[in-house]
Amino acid sequence: MGINNTPEIPADFPGKVIPGGNGANILVTSLDEIINWGRANSLWSLYFGTSCCAIEMMQTGAARHDYSRFGFEVARPSPRQADLIIIAGTIVNKMAPVLRRLYDQMAEPKYVIAMGACAISGGPFYYNSYSVVKGADHVIPVDVYVPGCPPRPEALLEGMLMLQAKIKTESMKTKVFPIDGFDEGL
Amino acid sequence: MDTTTIKNNFRSEEYQINMGPQHPATHGVLRLLLTIDGEIIKKVEPDLGYIHRSIEKMCERDSYQQIVHLTDRMDYLSSHINNEAVCLTVENALQVEVPERVKVIRTIIAELTRIASHTLWWGVMGMDVGALTTYFYGFRDREMINDIFEETCGARLTMNYNIPGGLMFDIHPNFVKRTKEFIAHFKTKLPEYDLLLTGNVIFQKRMKGIGILSKEDAISFGASGPVGRASGYSCDVRKHHSYSAYDKVNFKEILKTEGDTFARYQVRILEMWESLSIIEQLIDNIPEGDFFAKTNTVIKLPEGEFYEKVETARGELGVYIISTGTKNPYRMKFRSPGFSNLSLLNHIAVGGKIGDLVATMATLDLVIPDIDR
Amino acid sequence: MTNEALQNLISTWIPELEFTEEKSQFLNITVQPEQLHQLMTQLKSNSETNFDYLFCLSGVDWGAALGVVYHLESTAHRHQLVVKVKTEDRENPTFDSVWTIWRTAEFHEREVFDFFGIQFTNHPNLKRLFLTEDWDGFPLRKDYVDEINMIIK
Repeated sequence: MGINNTPEIPADFPGKVIPGGNGANILVTSLDEIINWGRANSLWSLYFGTSCCAIEMMQTGAARHDYSRFGFEVARPSPRQADLIIIAGTIVNKMAPVLRRLYDQMAEPKYVIAMGACAISGGPFYYNSYSVVKGADHVIPVDVYVPGCPPRPEALLEGMLMLQAKIKTESMKTKVFPIDGFDEGL
Repeated sequence: MDTTTIKNNFRSEEYQINMGPQHPATHGVLRLLLTIDGEIIKKVEPDLGYIHRSIEKMCERDSYQQIVHLTDRMDYLSSHINNEAVCLTVENALQVEVPERVKVIRTIIAELTRIASHTLWWGVMGMDVGALTTYFYGFRDREMINDIFEETCGARLTMNYNIPGGLMFDIHPNFVKRTKEFIAHFKTKLPEYDLLLTGNVIFQKRMKGIGILSKEDAISFGASGPVGRASGYSCDVRKHHSYSAYDKVNFKEILKTEGDTFARYQVRILEMWESLSIIEQLIDNIPEGDFFAKTNTVIKLPEGEFYEKVETARGELGVYIISTGTKNPYRMKFRSPGFSNLSLLNHIAVGGKIGDLVATMATLDLVIPDIDR
Repeated sequence: MTNEALQNLISTWIPELEFTEEKSQFLNITVQPEQLHQLMTQLKSNSETNFDYLFCLSGVDWGAALGVVYHLESTAHRHQLVVKVKTEDRENPTFDSVWTIWRTAEFHEREVFDFFGIQFTNHPNLKRLFLTEDWDGFPLRKDYVDEINMIIK
């Protein structure tokens, strides 16, 4: 806006410099905490399971390991109402445009967890296969990778909690959209 | 204007809608192109290939032990039985005789897998017609079987426990005890399933009389498994081409004659009772002995063609190997049960409503990676 | 019926068939493409053979020739049979479709067309099944090369 908020400090200044900032920083930090807390504790995921990892994702939602105690209450079938995609299963050449379209239909802020070896790098289908995309991060940007074939429900829960911790470090001032610049190369 | 004039003046047209690859009721990535007239379905055209991972081409460059690892992921709900199919083909080709202990343990584990697959099917079937509670009941019992497998085989879902020649390790000392506990527990829970869903008036009205398949059509379309047996077609591979220890046990083949959706549902519930009875007959008499027969590290099948079939939870799985004497197969073909079961969807769903299509697809019990391979 | 009796019966219908039982657990019949449909219709309709269940239809690339292998079974008599048909023409291989005899052949023949390029006459809907419509080439043939997607080991 033309107002320089960071004053020049001379090189031989004695004593300690306490940055004053502008008083608004305190307000923004507390607002950040509240918004991040709200976003992290109520992520609703999209029903997207292509193959075997989908069964382990369903087991994570069932009664023994329950992901709804962490806030992932319901799984929505429509991408317009979800803010998390858990890619559970192999992505194939024919399915990749569908995945991209689903990701584009979701509203910001949106997050992605790649679950299982196939979504991370092609998995057991890496060699000699003509139709498998070698990793879901060729198609959409991924936040958390959960390894395993298939990963245990406890491993998926740890991945989800890691995503919650990552969301809590975000800030309104340095907003980053992971899809910017993705198509031109990571 | 009276209602007759209104009806005659209202023209209805057909239009196409897409039941897309990402859909909660299609049990995987299956795309259906529906041509509908109001709510009545005129044509159903499946569009496959959204999970085609080219397993048959990969098998032409893999050794036989590596192929067993890939077949786990085809029909992941009956993964032990898929492994058993490939192992049986290789063992019959090499003329290797596996010990009795191996046959009995393979049978027990195959029946436990069948029960696990049917409980998951039952849980998801309830969800498809709107009863969300059944999901939790089905998964609760499946968790107990997963615990038994994890202790013995090391993994919960994709376990490579069967290898050509026998088993990978011997069973855990707790296996027999935990299986018996599970049988006792499950016998009290299976009547709960009937209480919750089978006797429910809304459920019965929703399922009876739709999706009717006659016996001649079932044979012509190649339907197998519970889908064929509900139409009166006796197609159980365990009876007609026995393998492992199935010729030593007494069990009934469940046949129904109506051929509608409710009959397919009942066949699967009764099959769970039969599986429990098979396990009970075998669990106390596991013979002592080795848990594998010696084969070479590099397996080379003799020249020729070999075919074996087994009964998975979905139907008849066939493994066809053409070998030229090297360590990789020349051509490997999997005849999957879901492929033939899907081809009759157009035949039985036409004329019904969209809600009936969802219920019919749930009883066909399709697993899409099995169809797409 | 035993393999002997089957061989004696079927060889009376069409003279140019080849029968063999070596290197396989079933009786194998090799038939020329022109007589395929006639043989299949008779195998199903004759009451002594009564092969009403086609349980496997696979395409094979034999190196120089392309072929299709049919596995048949009878639900009444419980005997099994294998029928093979081959052609040397790799540019435009064509066989008769058997979907009017066994309805399950409709999807299986689409799969064979998708992977090998073999055309079937009188098929109601011969399009690609698993791969996208604009895919180039036939993947399961032995001379298929795809440097972009396949990482060979």
